Amino acid sequence: MAIRNKSVGSRIFDLINILFFAAVIVACIMPVWHVVCASFSDASWVLNQTGIIWRISGFNVNGYKLVFQNNSIWTGFANTIFYVVTGTLLSMLLTVMGAYAFSRKDFLWSNPVMFGISFTMMFSGGMIPSYILVTQTLHMYDSRLAMIIPTAMNAFNLIIIRTAMQNVPASLEESAMLDGAGRFTILFKIVLPLIKATLATVMLYMVVGQWNSWFNALIYLRTRTKFPLQLILREILITATDTAKSSGNTIDSSSISGDLTLYKQLIKYCTIVVSTVPMFIFYPFIQKYFESGVMIGAIKG
Amino acid sequence: MDQAAAKPKSNRKYSWQNIKKDFKKNKALFLMGLPTVAFFIIFCYIPMGGLLMAFENYKPNLGLLHSKFVGIANFQSFFQSIYFGRVLRNTIILSLLQLCIEFPFTILFALLLNELASQKYKRTVQTISYMPNFISMVVVAGIIVDFCSSDGAITSIVSLFTGSNQNLLSIPGYWRTIYVVSDLWQGVGFGSIIYVAALAGIDKSLYEAAEIDGANRAQRIWHITIPGIMGTIMIMLILRIGQMLSVGYEKTILMYNPQIYETADIISSFVYRKGLQESDYGYSTAVSLFNSVINFALLVISNGLSRKFTESSLF
Repeated sequence: MAIRNKSVGSRIFDLINILFFAAVIVACIMPVWHVVCASFSDASWVLNQTGIIWRISGFNVNGYKLVFQNNSIWTGFANTIFYVVTGTLLSMLLTVMGAYAFSRKDFLWSNPVMFGISFTMMFSGGMIPSYILVTQTLHMYDSRLAMIIPTAMNAFNLIIIRTAMQNVPASLEESAMLDGAGRFTILFKIVLPLIKATLATVMLYMVVGQWNSWFNALIYLRTRTKFPLQLILREILITATDTAKSSGNTIDSSSISGDLTLYKQLIKYCTIVVSTVPMFIFYPFIQKYFESGVMIGAIKG
Repeated sequence: MDQAAAKPKSNRKYSWQNIKKDFKKNKALFLMGLPTVAFFIIFCYIPMGGLLMAFENYKPNLGLLHSKFVGIANFQSFFQSIYFGRVLRNTIILSLLQLCIEFPFTILFALLLNELASQKYKRTVQTISYMPNFISMVVVAGIIVDFCSSDGAITSIVSLFTGSNQNLLSIPGYWRTIYVVSDLWQGVGFGSIIYVAALAGIDKSLYEAAEIDGANRAQRIWHITIPGIMGTIMIMLILRIGQMLSVGYEKTILMYNPQIYETADIISSFVYRKGLQESDYGYSTAVSLFNSVINFALLVISNGLSRKFTESSLF
């Protein structure tokens, strides 16, 4: 905006506005900063702090050593990566094929099926019948499949990809058909490369969703070695099961001098950092996809 | 007349002959679409059938078909229980708070962001304010639990005013504030994206014309900016109303405890507790069905309003 003669009031507003957003930045970063600083600080100092921690005191990485000695964290990471990779691949494959099949106007069943799928966005059986289905009927209780299959598809993603596919010019497909290409060839060689941006966005949402998900693991899994990272985090951070106990087999208390209860608080902070860092490393690169994701979703909504 | 003409035509479309012809021609599409149809039938429609257990004294070993049918007894016992008023009140209050605080605050955030002169500063604010949205709910809840514990960072600030170091998550009166503030922290930046985009779409020449006509800044915001994003605001508002009673359970289940059930317990967390922790399947399904029906009604109503006033609707 080219606004030349700014009034005094307008300038004051600008100043207040700039300060307001400075406060917003501080508010957004402050909790993260607190956690990061505390995680590198001396355990007993952290334990005695009551306010916000602004700085590192007595730099050390003992907390991280303890966290990395905890086998649950490692298996949690490994499980999460497994669930993210397999879950996302399966979701993408099924969603892309379904979206393609039901985006074709010459397919007799496109409209009725899409109606049936859209309806699931408005009404569902809810938590309990789904739980009964997965555990009693499909016998997936305490199975890794329960983390991947029940959430493999949803109407929202399917509709977003289908909409993108509908915008691919039909002439491309027709000429490919004349050249003798089958539907699968057309889908994977022609249609998908043309909607890469949409696919990337949807895929990122799937990855983040799977990475952050914990509730299905809570209700469907019982064996600790199958737990994803978020469920391990929940134990350490919230349900306050004794971290020392859950990692008791793996931590030789003589390796770190001092009492494990002293480290409990520090371990919490280190665990938060360790579990969140992977997301933050990728965040700057994928931010624009998330923004476009909101826009795609909004246009649909 | 039109309908009469259309009807036999649609009958013909799904005639046996057409179905056979379509199947022969589109075998590959059938193959691709089959998993999708199977998925939605199994994981969406079968659970809808499972709602039958809301009318049963459901026992897993007897199954859906052989459990005792009890009619609306589950609903009656919910409506007559002390929980009914509590969870309904908490759900509605939390929802209204989201609507009256988070919703306008997100718009205000976008409007103020739009007034920043420096594009670089604006970009920085956006990048940083979107970030909390990607921190997992478990970690956010973990940080809140830590900050609100008896020696936590927020408790120590609050104690300056109250003089009490009690864990904030054990005081019913604080729950809603904690819930809404953490929602704001996590969601306002990211929620503003849609309005920022709408703001970017306003014709710049309008501002120049208004300036020449002598409109001051407040007038420009009031007469150009706000009307310019009114369509988006209305759509978002209507979508929001459609979700009035579907307050998410994740945050609640992660952080609440029996001491604060009085304000924290909502319909979805109650369903979780009754159904999955106490295995009272029939009863909890009835509660959940009650919620779903109201949600569905709200969605249909808000969608109808949307179609009437904004020419855009979900279905």
